Amino acid sequence: MEDKNEILKEKERWENTTAKKSLEKFPERKKDFKTFSNIPIKRLYTPADTEFSYIKDLGFPGEYPFTRGVQPTMYRGRLWTMRQYAGFGTAEDTNKRYHYLLKAGQTGLSVAFDLPTQIGYDSDDPMAEGEVGKCGVAIDTIKDMEILFDGIPLDKVTTSMTINSTCAIILAMYIAVAEKQGVPSKELKGTVQNDILKEYIARGTYIFPPEPSMRLVRDIILYCKDNLPQWNSISISGYHIREAGSTAVQEVAFTLANGIAYVKDITSAGVDVDEFAGRLSFFFNAHNNFLEEVAKFRAARRLWAKIMKERFNAKKPSSMMLRFHTQTAGCTLTAQQPENNVVRVTLQALSAVLGGTQSLHTNSRDEALALPTEQSAQIALRTQQIIGYESGVCDFIDPLGGSYVIESLTNEIEKSADEYIKKIDEIGGVLKAIEKGYIQNEIAQASYEYQKAIETKDYIVVGVNQFTMEEEPPKNILKVDMEKEEYQKDKLRKIKTERDNNLVKEKIEALKKVAKTDENIMPAIIEAVKVYASIGEISNALREVFGEFKEV
Amino acid sequence: MKKIRVLVAKPGLDGHDRGAKFVARALRDAGFEVIYTGIRQTPEQIVSTAIQEDVDFIGLSCLSGAHNTLFPKVVKLLQEKNAEDIIVFGGGVIPAEDVEYLKSQGIKEIFGPGTPSEIFINFIKENAK
Repeated sequence: MEDKNEILKEKERWENTTAKKSLEKFPERKKDFKTFSNIPIKRLYTPADTEFSYIKDLGFPGEYPFTRGVQPTMYRGRLWTMRQYAGFGTAEDTNKRYHYLLKAGQTGLSVAFDLPTQIGYDSDDPMAEGEVGKCGVAIDTIKDMEILFDGIPLDKVTTSMTINSTCAIILAMYIAVAEKQGVPSKELKGTVQNDILKEYIARGTYIFPPEPSMRLVRDIILYCKDNLPQWNSISISGYHIREAGSTAVQEVAFTLANGIAYVKDITSAGVDVDEFAGRLSFFFNAHNNFLEEVAKFRAARRLWAKIMKERFNAKKPSSMMLRFHTQTAGCTLTAQQPENNVVRVTLQALSAVLGGTQSLHTNSRDEALALPTEQSAQIALRTQQIIGYESGVCDFIDPLGGSYVIESLTNEIEKSADEYIKKIDEIGGVLKAIEKGYIQNEIAQASYEYQKAIETKDYIVVGVNQFTMEEEPPKNILKVDMEKEEYQKDKLRKIKTERDNNLVKEKIEALKKVAKTDENIMPAIIEAVKVYASIGEISNALREVFGEFKEV
Repeated sequence: MKKIRVLVAKPGLDGHDRGAKFVARALRDAGFEVIYTGIRQTPEQIVSTAIQEDVDFIGLSCLSGAHNTLFPKVVKLLQEKNAEDIIVFGGGVIPAEDVEYLKSQGIKEIFGPGTPSEIFINFIKENAK
């Protein structure tokens, strides 16, 4: 290898001669180039601009610090799981969409629940008015879950469920439905989001105050450790933090800071870190700045590995492995010229693949307008299949590793995220930082700056602030009509008359008793869902015991 | 002269508050008095805050698809409280065909994703009494 000083000397010569001559005639497009995270971009990256030790900082795939990927052969063995987030209307409607997606070659399910289900209201609750089945499927009782997975063998598919404050209830229903199908818990594979901290920061589907909420998260993780050993009991999510307007660095920093809080909480309860850390999973966003995104995934992997090893003294490699799902950035989709979104999604998805994702959701072109139609959902899935089978990138492990730019950005993102985590430590941890509004304010500021950059055209969005045109309003938008709400309410009413209501009362009382102790809450919830207690009834019982959180 | 007062509100269960927060801040920067309710407000709560705070405008933001139920309910409650002089506008993920319906229900204007702030700022200036 050439001497670093020699390269620097040569680079300076190039700056002062060849580059300078060109710049006099053709000035650059901008005075300062920087990434979304405000990382300054140099004119040129050379080996001398990138500090890393190959063995220590990059290493080998499947080995610490996992910079090059968590599996030894990455996609040369198996492609990522193509997992499209879907759910709308009733369980009947959504079951039909799942069969369609599985037939189209999707390899895993991902359930979107409507907001009442996520916030613990039955479909006939006044708070649910207008929201039933709107941005996901409505689930009131285990009956709906049976319909949702009708004809789908739960020992064959893996299922991811975006559910947080009512996670224990939905997971209990899933376990009970599997049991009815004859599938024991220990064979179940999938993921629950179960990440309440980012709900307070960015997503907003909290119910209870932080302390009992953290207890629910812990109970689920520990229940899964003993009963669902193949289940990912949490998906620590940066996705929504990014959607709320954070930078890439903030996404990594706040997500890993939340991860630290969960690991600390569980180890403080006396559980050895290596007993559960292997089942922690993560969820990131794939945004527009292509190279910064690829570097972001690599940086997150390396930083988490170091945190687990150095801070928590993890011993097993699987405890240090950051396995993650990715979704392309919903906030980058435009309502203007929506067909262009297919191209945006392709680039974002490619960044996730080059960054080594374990599973991927690609957004549909029409999602700035409504939920996707069947055809839009199909194009989104085909986008993944084209990257996976046609582009050739999957034959290489970490193909951008060693690039001067990528390694330099990976270092920068890791360093800046680590600084944020230190700052949060100084504040007293994530819960304190949320309570003080520190994290929310950092995100709001970044979001405001991003939006201003679009308004001043510092950042160009094709079809929005440049290359605009007159368009017809798009046709073929998916509509969830109000009849669905009535249908769902009727179904619930019927169940409430047909079930054994004394038994429901008994199980709810038993649950409340457990909620007041520090016993694991999962078994009591499983008992309650099996006798058709509804999500609203169970949530209300817990509201009585835990209280409710109000945004300040 | 009295400053124009705007209530930015999130009706329903939707937690996507990025747009609402941006609109609130952009309106504040434009010199209006802005109150932001935070997420998960019922139409009743929004109307009661609007009357209490004596606002001139209510901006509603909804990305969950519940706009056809929640936006008209706010207008109806304002009428019941004899506060129909408060002008209601909205934004979010709202299909074109719903815009016509919402306007027929008394929502003065709907701003879709990507609307530059000068457009809704001018809307307020032009419609202020």
